[in-house]
Amino acid sequence: MLLRENWNDTGQGFHPVSAPDYLPAAQLRELQLRRLKAVVERAYEHVPLFRERMNERDLTPARIESLSDVSRLPFTVKTDLRDTYPFGLFASPMSEIVRLHASSGTTGKPIVVAYTQEDIQVWSSVMLRTFAAAGIHRGDIVQNAYGYGLFTGGLGAHYGLEAIGATVVPASGGNTDRQVMLLRDFGVTAICSTPSYFLHLIERAHDLGVDLRDLPLRAGIFGAEPWSTAMRDRIEKDSGIKAYDIYGLSEIIGPGVGSECSAQDGLHLFEDHFYPEIIDPATGEVLADGEEGELVLTTLSKRAMPMIRYRTRDITRIITEPCSCGRTIRRIQRIGRRSDDMFIIRGVNVFPSQIESALLAVEGALPHYRIVLKRERGLDQIHVEIEVGPEIFSDKVSAMEEMHDRLAHSIERITGLRVAVHLVEPHSLPRSEGKAKRVWDERNDEQER
Amino acid sequence: MKVSQISTFIENRPGRLHAACEALSSSGVNIHTLSLADTSEFGILRLIVADPVAGKNALEKAGYVAKLTDVVAVEVPDDAGGLTNLLAKADQAGLGIEYMYAFSTSVGDRAIVIIRFTDPDRAIEELQKRGINVIEAVKLLKT
Repeated sequence: MLLRENWNDTGQGFHPVSAPDYLPAAQLRELQLRRLKAVVERAYEHVPLFRERMNERDLTPARIESLSDVSRLPFTVKTDLRDTYPFGLFASPMSEIVRLHASSGTTGKPIVVAYTQEDIQVWSSVMLRTFAAAGIHRGDIVQNAYGYGLFTGGLGAHYGLEAIGATVVPASGGNTDRQVMLLRDFGVTAICSTPSYFLHLIERAHDLGVDLRDLPLRAGIFGAEPWSTAMRDRIEKDSGIKAYDIYGLSEIIGPGVGSECSAQDGLHLFEDHFYPEIIDPATGEVLADGEEGELVLTTLSKRAMPMIRYRTRDITRIITEPCSCGRTIRRIQRIGRRSDDMFIIRGVNVFPSQIESALLAVEGALPHYRIVLKRERGLDQIHVEIEVGPEIFSDKVSAMEEMHDRLAHSIERITGLRVAVHLVEPHSLPRSEGKAKRVWDERNDEQER
Repeated sequence: MKVSQISTFIENRPGRLHAACEALSSSGVNIHTLSLADTSEFGILRLIVADPVAGKNALEKAGYVAKLTDVVAVEVPDDAGGLTNLLAKADQAGLGIEYMYAFSTSVGDRAIVIIRFTDPDRAIEELQKRGINVIEAVKLLKT
């Protein structure tokens, strides 16, 4: 009974696998240190790039004696994965590797990640903990609309759902009309997808005459891209579900690095497997807990592909205050922005999430938009194209012009920059079924417009 | 007495107006009259058609955003002063006009003015009180 209370009781069953969520801090730190030493040794022994970088610093695994020694280790960055494409960072022979995944590779070669059987088990366990934190349990029917395939989202979520004992509907991404049909006909109670795809799904369901608020659907587990609080409010209002944010990246494991609990106030990091640091992205210096900076992660138990101090490019801060849910593992603040997504225009740093918040602040504006950066007569300009849906359309020109100006003022108020707002026809902007692409930088295109 | 008007959002791009009209014609929706309000970036197309609900559905199916609005169709003599007389009476009654457009069925006969009043119900009452012939939807669509 005590175990039931201390462990993760989701109401209809509890999961001993979730026990590390509630470890006393001292015990957790001890576990982390033991695992850290082992993973550094493993990487040093099997990954030439890591060994060279350690040698350059006159470091050996034996010098890692405490958790704070992490900061002495060299960083790993995304280009390291590209430069060693495809298998250069593997620490296990292919005979022990049971799975490969790869990124979509929008900027050149994809990055490849590998898993041993033990890695898959760890992955399933952290995804189980992710779903448990969102209150998913045996008996739930969960539609998994993350893409199955090379992308880690689909299979990662799938294994976690099976582990928790839920009924999985492996819908994968795309075919939105069919997704709506499955949601309705199967009595689906929870869904996994990117938040932008779910917004698209709400919109399409509405076109098909299906109001998601009338269905048994009660929870959404959304990740793979940064999304704003305003977007969450919109999703929860329009679909009547609770929308949980999850965090992960292929380089570390896939989804399952961190997840929100019922408090929906920051994401618990599964610290027993992923050791977090926050650094100043410019200097690389480690910042104190609570300070905002770039998240750096070290995989403590990965075997096939250990990542030592991987720079995620995600901007967040570590929350040390205890969470009302009782979990002892620390939280990170929701990731609203990536140092990658940021664009600099006329010397000002702008994040797509700021523009999104601005659009959502204007009542009735749906967040189907894109940001196009152009260079016009030598000056950088931001163009924001916004689709005109039924909420903002009016038969009166004056009302449309007023809406246009309200949207433009809202963006200017939040970013401090003048922008050109264009109202465009519904469904005319490109839709993504994976990660939403928001920014189209045409400043270096040859043809100036 | 009110007439249902379709309005739709048209981007200022080649082919968009054509595609909207084609959506209507391929669904067999006949256009009686229309008006296109344009700005530098977009236009708002307003249409009076034989079957407004079918027309709205056809446009939405083709990916357009469309809505139905109540407008008032008023008959005026097709001669100098016909419209002026109507507007004078609308002014007397203090009726707010958002926009309007007109068409005549044959030269020298009567003209029909489509008016989007701020308050169509009050407009119909006031105009009829002042002897203006407000046309019913059924009758209008026969012309």
